Amino acid sequence: MKADKEIKKKRMRLSLPPEEYMHSGHLACQGCGATLAMRYALKALGPRTALSIPACCWSVIDGPFPYSSLSIPIFHCAFETAAVSAAGLKAGLEMVGDKETTVVAWAGDGGTFDIGIQALSGVAERNDNIIYVCYDNEAYMNTGIQRSSATPYGAWTTTTPVKHYKNRPKKDIDAIMAAHRIPYLATANISYPEDLYRKVRKAKDIKGTRFIHIYTPCPTGWKTRPEDTIKLGKLAVQTCIFPLYEVEDGSTWKINIKPRDKKPVKDYLRLQGRFRHLNEEAISFIQEEVDKKWARLLKYEEVSPL
Amino acid sequence: MRKVIMGNHALSYGAMLSRVQVIAAYPITPQTQVVELLSEMCADKVLDAQFIKVESEHSAMAACLGASLAGARTFTATSAQGLALMHELLHWASGGRLPVVLGNINRAMAPGWSIWSDQNDSLSQRDTGWVQFYCGSNQEVLDSVIQAFKVAEKLHIPAMIILDAFSLSHTYEVVEVPEQEKVDEYLPPFQPKFRLTPDDPHAFGGLTSPDHYLELRYKLQKDMEKAPALIEETGQEFQELFGRKLGLVDPYQCDDAEIILVTSGTAGYTACVAVDHFRQQGLKVGNLRIRTFRPFPFEIVRDILSQAKKVAVVDRNISYGHHGIFYQEIKSALYGHSPVPVFGYITGLGGRDITLDTFRQIIEETQKNDAPSERISWIGVKK
Amino acid sequence: MKKQEPTPKIDFKSEKDMPLAPYSLGLMLHNFTGAWRNIRPEINLKECIQCGICWKFCPDTAIYIENEYPVIDYTYCKGCGLCAEECPTKCITMVEEEK
Ligand SMILES: Cc1ncc(C[n+]2csc(CCOP(=O)(O)OP(=O)(O)O)c2C)c(N)n1
Ligand code: SF4
Ligand code: SF4
Ligand code: SF4
Ligand SMILES: [Mg+2]
Repeated sequence: MKADKEIKKKRMRLSLPPEEYMHSGHLACQGCGATLAMRYALKALGPRTALSIPACCWSVIDGPFPYSSLSIPIFHCAFETAAVSAAGLKAGLEMVGDKETTVVAWAGDGGTFDIGIQALSGVAERNDNIIYVCYDNEAYMNTGIQRSSATPYGAWTTTTPVKHYKNRPKKDIDAIMAAHRIPYLATANISYPEDLYRKVRKAKDIKGTRFIHIYTPCPTGWKTRPEDTIKLGKLAVQTCIFPLYEVEDGSTWKINIKPRDKKPVKDYLRLQGRFRHLNEEAISFIQEEVDKKWARLLKYEEVSPL
Repeated sequence: MRKVIMGNHALSYGAMLSRVQVIAAYPITPQTQVVELLSEMCADKVLDAQFIKVESEHSAMAACLGASLAGARTFTATSAQGLALMHELLHWASGGRLPVVLGNINRAMAPGWSIWSDQNDSLSQRDTGWVQFYCGSNQEVLDSVIQAFKVAEKLHIPAMIILDAFSLSHTYEVVEVPEQEKVDEYLPPFQPKFRLTPDDPHAFGGLTSPDHYLELRYKLQKDMEKAPALIEETGQEFQELFGRKLGLVDPYQCDDAEIILVTSGTAGYTACVAVDHFRQQGLKVGNLRIRTFRPFPFEIVRDILSQAKKVAVVDRNISYGHHGIFYQEIKSALYGHSPVPVFGYITGLGGRDITLDTFRQIIEETQKNDAPSERISWIGVKK
Repeated sequence: MKKQEPTPKIDFKSEKDMPLAPYSLGLMLHNFTGAWRNIRPEINLKECIQCGICWKFCPDTAIYIENEYPVIDYTYCKGCGLCAEECPTKCITMVEEEK
């Protein structure tokens, strides 16, 4: 690729460190948000990191034996054990003299909100010294798009067909984790990589259980265009469907982005095949719920530290 | 040093002397004293280990796997429902080739709730790829923990130490607690063949295609097949250092026996009392206590049993719709090698005592019949 | 950020060559995911303002930087179109792949 001499003088501006720990050749679908989450998080975590990954898309994305897409070590663990596998790994590493490695549990929403919540709660209650990252694509994608308790109201999945779309709200895992009074919790979004990077960096320097909940669009499961992945992430924040905030010690709420003009949820929903069946009434219900939840979050921030 | 300790504490001392580095466990009757004493040992710094006080047995095993993969020596203990809850992860341990050592107190499975002894909990885990030792005394429990680490770590295969609820777990016996230096000499620090570290990154346990899975399991079985010789060898070494024998099986008066009882656990010791009793009456009875159930010690079992006229297998367990589990194993070991008739008896489920009288009935019935019947012989059922 | 070199495929002749447990011995860089592509991104460097956004948002780490400009690694680019969509000057266009 040859560029003109004159324009060559300017240096490329990169808003994230150039080092890559996630490499090409992985098995994710085109436009997968979960891979971006990994790529950014590893840039913040650096090479002295170890991951536990339970059954989820990422156990496939990484590639089959005898390969991996990451140049940091992974413990592929049982579906329901991400948190405690990481805690055991951390204890083991410390006992063999490695006190420095950051151990990170890396799980999907199913592995976090549903089957893994017991082990996660145990780790958080003990304040075991690990970072827990949930990349949230709002369904069980590995097994073919079944509903999870992270699936939002109104969504189609293969177990919530359009005639019986999901009629319960998304579980508020962040409130559950805040109630454990862990030292640090943050929501993040792959469309805001610098914010995501900063939060993982911050988490890295804190001791105890840290929880990071990353919004990761999934073109395959959401029936979206792969090129819309970043757009969707931005809309999730601009509509306040997935607000970006941090909670310290379960008591101090800080909202990172407060959209000046909140966009209507309709703008977000209409880009996704999984919401195509929703009528006006359902959409206004979703709008009301999002407004209520946003108002509650603002209140939390206002009255915190709680 | 001689101490009077309960079977559960024999497990704790065994773990302490093995210098375990990470313990993760969850309480369940009749295992609690194992972890209570270990947590005290950690708190008092008699033992330099991290004790992760998990919220379930499932997490206990998961934590052990993580720690073991990091290269630490790991230990846990459980019983019955707890072991069943671990089931998925028991496969994870053997398939991942992680040499965790687990103490299991044999307790009957609910419902109805039972805290008393039988072997269905551990025998339900027969095919998970773990070495299984069934112990008959507190001394054997302590010694077996140390030997188990040596065997497990050499082969990268996990191992289970099994003892009866109450008749061993809560029974106090005189136990010789070996000196730490001698144990250190016997059991050097864990030197894993592979481990997880950022210094040499690998992804462990990823998706494995039909192109590779068969070979990996072949390797597991091949190493399992090395275990009998290794158990004999490490048992010999143990005897040289500590003066106590740790073999695959524990035969008693088998050489000239016409009827050989096959037993396991504490019933194996009651059986020896029964053997003495019958011999006084002029009846040539012997007892073969199976100590190592997995891998199954085919050769030695064949050698001993094929000399008898009859074999009577005593099972404190049952495979519903089939028969006693030891009975099936003994028959398959003898098949094609010896025509000796094998009688199977089921007794003692849910903690019903196995007494001298139990053995009297078993011997009588074995004497009475020329060949075993198709039906299960139950001993002690109130009919 | 640098161009990645393909890594070799790993062939086990027999079980003896295999490790004890299933663990990785190399990266996935032998897997040329460029073959998945139906449309290919092409950068018009004349319009490029060197903002790095395309590099940042590539889910396949398939854009590297050379001489202060983004370069698409067609060995691995899956053709998702994210880089073109997010480029602020719209200097990346997605064109039909000739098959
Ligand atoms: C105990 C157990 N139950 C079920 C499964 C099947 N399973 C594998 S991954 C998965 C869903 C994962 O969903 P999520 O955690 O959201 O991750 P995603 O695939 O969406 O990335 C399920 C149900 C399993 N591996 N283990
Ligand atoms: S199904 Fe969704 S989350 Fe899974 S790899 Fe494909 S795009 Fe990514
Ligand atoms: S089309 Fe997608 S995979 Fe290809 S370079 Fe652009 S962002 Fe990367
Ligand atoms: S996003 Fe567009 S303008 Fe920015 S570096 Fe890439 S090609 Fe150039
Ligand atoms: Mg999911």
